[in-house]
Amino acid sequence: MSDMNQAMVQKYRSNFLKEVEANVEEGTWVKMCMQCGVCSGSCPLGPHWEHPQQELFMMIRAGKREEVLSSSSMWMCTSCYNCIARCPRGLPITHIMHGLASYAKRLGLAPKNQPTSKFGDIFWDSIAKNGRVNELKIGVSLYFMNGFSQGIKNALASRELGMAMMKTKRMSPTEYFGGHKCKDLSGIAKMLKKAKEFEAEHITKFGE
Amino acid sequence: MAKKEFYSFYPGCSSQPKASADNFLRSSNAMCDALDIKLKEIDDWNCCGASIGYAGGGEVPRLSLSARNIALSQQQNGDADIVAPCAACWIATREAQERVEHNPKVGEGINAALAEIGLKVESGKMPQARHMVEVLVEDIGLDTIAKGVTKPLEGVKIAGYVGCQTNRPFGIAGESFENPLYLDHMIEACGAQAVDKYEKKVACCSGALMFSEPEKGHALVKDIIEAAYDGGADMIVTPCQLCQMNVESYQSNINKTYGTKFNIPVVYYSQLIAVAYGKSSQEAALDGQIIRAGKLEDIANK
Repeated sequence: MSDMNQAMVQKYRSNFLKEVEANVEEGTWVKMCMQCGVCSGSCPLGPHWEHPQQELFMMIRAGKREEVLSSSSMWMCTSCYNCIARCPRGLPITHIMHGLASYAKRLGLAPKNQPTSKFGDIFWDSIAKNGRVNELKIGVSLYFMNGFSQGIKNALASRELGMAMMKTKRMSPTEYFGGHKCKDLSGIAKMLKKAKEFEAEHITKFGE
Repeated sequence: MAKKEFYSFYPGCSSQPKASADNFLRSSNAMCDALDIKLKEIDDWNCCGASIGYAGGGEVPRLSLSARNIALSQQQNGDADIVAPCAACWIATREAQERVEHNPKVGEGINAALAEIGLKVESGKMPQARHMVEVLVEDIGLDTIAKGVTKPLEGVKIAGYVGCQTNRPFGIAGESFENPLYLDHMIEACGAQAVDKYEKKVACCSGALMFSEPEKGHALVKDIIEAAYDGGADMIVTPCQLCQMNVESYQSNINKTYGTKFNIPVVYYSQLIAVAYGKSSQEAALDGQIIRAGKLEDIANK
């Protein structure tokens, strides 16, 4: 168990709702859910959620901390915002799902080898480093995120698409050696470092 | 609303030269030229974090990225509207503004981060963040666009695929989330025919999950394409860079999995307008399509 997870278990004891309200993006809205299920019924990947959104909200209130945070459910969110558009209570559900996923990851509870979680890391590392997306490098890292031999298989399977993107000038091999990036990279690094520190401090001290 | 003197342009990562929406960028330049829309690009803009940034970023770091763009825009282009052609960029920018305005704690974190680079954002004093489509619909007006058409796209039937993020959570003012009509009207303004009641108009293309969960993504895109064929469409048009990529470029994979024979072009609204305004096939970036839009090329080459 990560140190931070341990600290949060100690701090909130059996009140998981309070923990979510304090530490999860837009978490203060969770208690407003009236269990109508419109969100779950509106989700494009609905059938793939281990626990649908509506159920997650009830589980949070029931204190099912481990089950919620270690679930693959939140990682099914495609950010289509259908749940937000339709929720009769106006809950920012998409943001809460992102917040839960991100919090689970921070505590080391997100499921290992969850592909979207891994892809999310690759994506974030790339933009934090370059300021802008390097589509080619992210694509290649994505192919290889489950090891070298799988990576070769993935790359071969996608070579037709890669060729088509190059041919239509929507991807350039030179992206691999530099490519699109911001000028003030050191400034962006400083800014993100500070933002990260602020958030970490906010989470450990909140409610004290 | 009237057209502004100029707009502070935030193209976003996909709409850079030789990036995945290079064809959007080129056709958008042609469209802006035709409609006399002046853009001043924000110097050194950065990625908005897109819809997958939450996983590695966390709330304050992710929103700081958008706040940096807002502050840079203000520094360089004053109160000019920030215009993003990418739904994810537009949403992220607006979300950062909302959070600064409604959540003082998050706002404090964002400004602490920005202070490291000598920038700041202030509640109630940020420029408006708008989608390129809003400029067309609200500032220029579809009637005005229709009047300037020199080469109507006659005989082309198009499924207007709005997708998710251009439509939700903010959407275009006055449009419904379930059946927005502006894209159909834009198709008609260009002289083409819009597919009536396109069933998957606001369905999800799977967004960034196309990369991490391809099988699930292909299943969603399959339905989007099928519905376009069912409506008799010659092609699909979309306002979204990720929708365009997801719906156009995986058709051969989907054909292999499902035994379908999909081969339907997926173009941008900017390409329709560029062609309808007499721009060449190359200016409209029709050479940037993986599945060529033959009917548009024919009109452009006439």
